Amino acid sequence: MAEHCLLEMRNINKLFPGVKALSNVDFTLREGEIHALMGENGAGKSTLIKVLTGVYQDDGGEIRVDGQKIAIRSPQDAQNNGISTVYQEITLCPNLSVAENMFIGRDKNALVHKKQREKRANELLNELGIPARGSQMLGNCSLAVQQMVAIARAVDLNCKVLILDEPTSSLDDKEVNVLFGLMRDLKARGVGIIFVTHFLEQVYEVCDRITVLRNGELVGEYLTEELPQVQLVAKMIGKDLDELSSFGEVEEKHFSDEDIFYDAKKLSSSAALPFNFTIHKGEVNGFTGLLGSGRSESVRAIFGADKVNGGNVTINGKKVKITKPIDAMKNGIGYLAEDRKRDGIIADLSVRENIILALQVMKGFFRPISRSEAESFADEYIKVLNIKTASRETPIGSLSGGNQQKVILARWLLTHPDYLILDEPTRGIDVGTKLEIQKLVLKLAEDGVAVTFISSEIEEMLRTCSRLIVMRDRHIVGELTGSDLNQAQVMKTIAGGEADEG
Amino acid sequence: MKDKLKNIFKGGLGQLTIPIIAILLLIIFNLIRDPSFFRITVELNNDGNKVLAGNLISIINAASELAILAMGMTLVTAASGGQDISVGAMAAIAGSAFVKVLKSGGSINGLLVIVAFLVAVLVAMLFGAFNGTLVSVFKIQPMIATLILFTCGRSIAYWINGGATPTVDSGIVKAIGGFIPGCPIPTPVIIVIAMAVIFTLVFHFTSLELFTQSVGINGSAARLNGINATWIKLLSFIILGACVAVAGTIGVSRLGLINHETLLLDVEMDTILAVAIGGNSLGGGKFKMAGSILGAYVIHILTVTLYAMKVPSTDVKAYKAIVIIILVVIGSPVIKKWFAKTVARIKNNKSKVPVKGAQ
Repeated sequence: MAEHCLLEMRNINKLFPGVKALSNVDFTLREGEIHALMGENGAGKSTLIKVLTGVYQDDGGEIRVDGQKIAIRSPQDAQNNGISTVYQEITLCPNLSVAENMFIGRDKNALVHKKQREKRANELLNELGIPARGSQMLGNCSLAVQQMVAIARAVDLNCKVLILDEPTSSLDDKEVNVLFGLMRDLKARGVGIIFVTHFLEQVYEVCDRITVLRNGELVGEYLTEELPQVQLVAKMIGKDLDELSSFGEVEEKHFSDEDIFYDAKKLSSSAALPFNFTIHKGEVNGFTGLLGSGRSESVRAIFGADKVNGGNVTINGKKVKITKPIDAMKNGIGYLAEDRKRDGIIADLSVRENIILALQVMKGFFRPISRSEAESFADEYIKVLNIKTASRETPIGSLSGGNQQKVILARWLLTHPDYLILDEPTRGIDVGTKLEIQKLVLKLAEDGVAVTFISSEIEEMLRTCSRLIVMRDRHIVGELTGSDLNQAQVMKTIAGGEADEG
Repeated sequence: MKDKLKNIFKGGLGQLTIPIIAILLLIIFNLIRDPSFFRITVELNNDGNKVLAGNLISIINAASELAILAMGMTLVTAASGGQDISVGAMAAIAGSAFVKVLKSGGSINGLLVIVAFLVAVLVAMLFGAFNGTLVSVFKIQPMIATLILFTCGRSIAYWINGGATPTVDSGIVKAIGGFIPGCPIPTPVIIVIAMAVIFTLVFHFTSLELFTQSVGINGSAARLNGINATWIKLLSFIILGACVAVAGTIGVSRLGLINHETLLLDVEMDTILAVAIGGNSLGGGKFKMAGSILGAYVIHILTVTLYAMKVPSTDVKAYKAIVIIILVVIGSPVIKKWFAKTVARIKNNKSKVPVKGAQ
């Protein structure tokens, strides 16, 4: 079959005041292919997507759909030309039914028969193999199903080009696989899919081609099978891979009981079942397990983020009571929450205010940090962590994800914690920043800080942790150290092989 | 300093832009209409004091209670993302308590007035704590929670003085509502300034501003950073209670009597409006108290202007509504975004020419 180009974007330019966000970028999508759009944050991925979906207007360039030159002035134009988008955050209404969500705003008549609509929805859901019924309340479906309903909605618009913007970031492995099944199915029907993601493994699992952008410029278009993962990373960050490989193996450290910083026996919270946990000064450990295995809930219990029900906790050998975050902070524990948007950033406040927040809370209500002191703290950490922000007074909400995460990191570093818990600090941020954060973790450990590092990318944890605690179904099912620290062993433990209570 | 200037040139007055422009426009409008509108004279009042008089003075004076309530309401709005609609009724309770204490003793001396005022503050703070507890502990929407006192507050005020509307005849009380002998500035205006200074000091010497904004913007993150969000919300209602007591005391002192049915009637909506005109989001989060205070004056200049134009008092509310719709729409995110876009486009057009030439 001759390759038929669904979508051709040629010499796309986009200017923002003072920045050239896209410079002569080409992008081609063929019929029935899944095409990954890769690049670090700020590379121009989302700008390109937004030009394509009519959110932004291009400043020069041409877009052809099925060989026809078109102008996209609004999201409506994009939809009329068969271009649909499903965004990372689900933009449907959880309190409406699946069918209502699929057809909302698209019924031709004001009066629509409910039964008929549900029938239409069920037909489409069956056709696409989505495990949902039209009459179901959307909010009762799993996130993956909600995501798929959003896709079904897009597909029903007779779409030729489907854009999936980070669709998998809130799904677990099983849900991702179901989603991939749906993507392959759509591909077989000739739909062209543009897949934007940060997960490299996922790209290699489903994509046929990869287009890499960097700093608003096209790096190149590659066939997936011809581009090894390491080279892809190199092309994205444009750095030598020395840095990546310089990590090497984590050297095995031995800790004596005197080095114990934190010890918990039978600690439990409203969300976590009782567990025992110990960490030494200067140790980096990790919690791993599938989504819902209880890894986040456990570290939240350590910090007192959920209601603590019981347990004996000692810090530096002294018995302490941690029932709420401030108790933990006063005992030298910092916690970078899993969900940056919901539990981390104070979006409308400036970078400066976000950085000093935790320290201010520890100092107390009646001892405010002076403006000049706060400014110097902010400047210091903007420099140390290389935070890219227009100024320290910029609202944190307008920074890129990676830089927001660095600000939150700065917030906790400023409190000079003895024990820092980082729950998914690298989620949804670009490769370069991920590396920086991993290096920072190792540096902190060298300085004697105990660190708990959680990541859904096991490789990251293998690179940084000297001990890995594996959880399954809300129980700790294994502890891996030394030579057991390899992907195969971790997978085996998560899946529940013979390594019980390892 | 240079940065500050730059900011102002960039339109960086930020959220204060709207209230300031509104005040300027109203002043210009009045000057054109009647140049003598803002004439300030020194007159002898009934007590033989030399005092300032004129439209401007009476506007600033009359807006005092509203300005003080707006200060407290700003905090409640920022922390809870909702509004307290019981401030008028609570002011009646505070005012009744004030009068009750004044009437309890024999002669009214300075000490008794202070005690009466402190009792009023305490009572209002308790009622504020009641509202605050419903909102912060029981997580009831602020408007619903304060609907309770809005409904029954004036009845409580009625009980305090046994159904009577007692008058207070005292020079000290008169001075609070009018002029201190020898001082040409109305006392309520001085009280507003004092309150503004107190809040400035509180913001300077505590973390109230940072914590309140954090709780209002992202309560979940604030909690995980060790902030007691429940307490911060409760505190905002208690502080509003204190503001209500001050406003109620002024209101009672102006008339020399407590009328629980009419004291600061319908003030809650004006208070919320002042906060909104001040550019503060009624959904909570970031706030500027100065904006709310300016908002209170905007409302009063507008009212007095309409009266000065001989608009019948029955029509004033309708005209007021028209101006307020305009102000609120101009301040809405949609218009702001459109404005920013237009500015950017004009700038872009200027810078685009050389870029195209270069290609």
